Amino acid sequence: MADTSTATADGHEHEEDRRDFLLTSTVVVGAAGVALAAWPFIDFMNPSADVLALASLEFDLSTMEPGQAITVTWRSKPIFIRRRTAAEIDEAKKVPLSELKDPQADADRVKEGKDEWLVMIGICTHLGCIPAGQKATDSKGEFGGWFCPCHGSHYDTSGRIRKGPAPKNLAIPPYAFTNDTTVRIG
Amino acid sequence: MSAAPEWKNPVVRWIDHRLPVFTFTHHSVVDYPTPRNLNYWWNFGSLAGVVLVIMIATGLFLAMHYNPSVDQAFDSVERIMRDVNYGWLMRYMHANGASMFFLVVYIHMFRALYYGSYRAPREVLWFIGLFIFLAMMATAFVGYTLPWGQMSFWGATVITNLFSVVPFFGDAIVQWLLGGFAVDNPTLNRFYAFHFLLPFVIFGLVFLHLWALHVHKSNNPLGVDIKTDGDTIPFHPYYTAKDAFGLGVFLIVYFAFAFFEPNLLGHPDNYIPANPLVTPPEIVPEWYFLPFYAILRAVPDNFIDIWGILPILVTAKTAGVILMFASVIVLFLLPWLDRSPVRSARFRPIYKQLYWLFLADCIILGWVGANPPEGTMLVIGRLATLYYFVHLLVFMPLLSRYEKTRPLPDSISAAVTPQGSSQSAQAQGA
Repeated sequence: MADTSTATADGHEHEEDRRDFLLTSTVVVGAAGVALAAWPFIDFMNPSADVLALASLEFDLSTMEPGQAITVTWRSKPIFIRRRTAAEIDEAKKVPLSELKDPQADADRVKEGKDEWLVMIGICTHLGCIPAGQKATDSKGEFGGWFCPCHGSHYDTSGRIRKGPAPKNLAIPPYAFTNDTTVRIG
Repeated sequence: MSAAPEWKNPVVRWIDHRLPVFTFTHHSVVDYPTPRNLNYWWNFGSLAGVVLVIMIATGLFLAMHYNPSVDQAFDSVERIMRDVNYGWLMRYMHANGASMFFLVVYIHMFRALYYGSYRAPREVLWFIGLFIFLAMMATAFVGYTLPWGQMSFWGATVITNLFSVVPFFGDAIVQWLLGGFAVDNPTLNRFYAFHFLLPFVIFGLVFLHLWALHVHKSNNPLGVDIKTDGDTIPFHPYYTAKDAFGLGVFLIVYFAFAFFEPNLLGHPDNYIPANPLVTPPEIVPEWYFLPFYAILRAVPDNFIDIWGILPILVTAKTAGVILMFASVIVLFLLPWLDRSPVRSARFRPIYKQLYWLFLADCIILGWVGANPPEGTMLVIGRLATLYYFVHLLVFMPLLSRYEKTRPLPDSISAAVTPQGSSQSAQAQGA
């Protein structure tokens, strides 16, 4: 649009102000409109209200015996709940932190006063397989906890990584005991 | 005006040398020579393109939460409305977008009828447009089945049963279309598959439509050919700005529906889950199919007695179906039915009157289609159907021969600029 520019007295090229203003403001308002319109499309793909409504679940643990483990589903993921025996708790407590790949004390992985209940997300921190060790007949690995059959990660009785390629301990989901035998996950 | 632009950006220049997408785009939407006298009726082509993109975008996202099974379809749509973030917006944009698409395309088609845009050398452009229209009707029909409400189900039942009129193979064809003996899960699944595919077919047809358009360029309100560069202005910024303004106005109308009256154009019965054992008291298609529905139902039951032809093959039902399909097919013949030496109705004093009668006739057909085919309404429907075909098959050829047309201007620029042809010479130099 060279023909719309006018040379000022000092010889500088000077674009017409009003046209520039209209063009710039139109482009800015248009771009803002497109950006705002994009949000409903992006948010549409986020978890919907019915999915979020199932994000918090309660489980009754009153029927579980020491040494028993159950797997429940929370947010489409397996949750390992194990009622540990005194021996298992002991074993988990006496391991020096210096021996651990991902150092964490057993006390930091259970609720205070609830030592026997271990609640974890049952997904191997290596590549997402589900470790064995929940059933009595399962291999529990070299440390008496869980063993991931995919690439051979061994977890101890506190769900901490001891051997194999996994980099982290099994994750602890947000949970709380609503009474002595009921746990709310999420 | 048509010289290849010099690309300053080295990356652009490198790509353009190997695949001239930038030069192609520049010629197609920037310096593309457009008649200087296009009025606002020429906005509706680009509007239809924008609506198509909105429909594909909202449809793609709806597909992420829609569940095409007879047990889940209705509930999954309700879940989109209630639980999915902005699901209500996505669905109302899509549902009202379909109505807006037809509205815009109908205006676009009637623009072509008024200004003779279907005439030589734009017949193929017109054909592709009609194919787009047919593809749109198919897409809208299968799409309306997906929410699996009562109208979805019974609309699908009625329309697929139209094919039962095919001699000898009718019932076999209907079973083949349905994938069963009635509209059921296989029908819903295949309709969903086609509803996903067809918009991309339309997109491809739109590309051909634009290609054909760009060969002989846009028609214009005068209907005279582009003769010199002075008759045209570059598409950008003149028509990009005009189209953008029109788009703004259109979006206000579109979202007035989507936000404030989202169900005005829909039928309340479609919020009742499909029930294969109960037909609603009256089945009414969406508004954009009403004129065709009126033609379908216009044929008298004693049709055979009146005509006495092919009594085995042609029942009233068959004749109605044939007439309905013929009402679209006949539009393909338009470039040859209309042989007038002049394109634009501006210079055709009689056609100009008949054009508005024809438009009124189509609206009357739509009004008749929305009502039960009884009494006066049936008579009006029959007369309107008759006039539809008489206008196209009788009046158009007769007018071409006998109408005394007004003198055409020498050129576009001569007609629209005060200095006339001197101005055109000046513009040519610029």
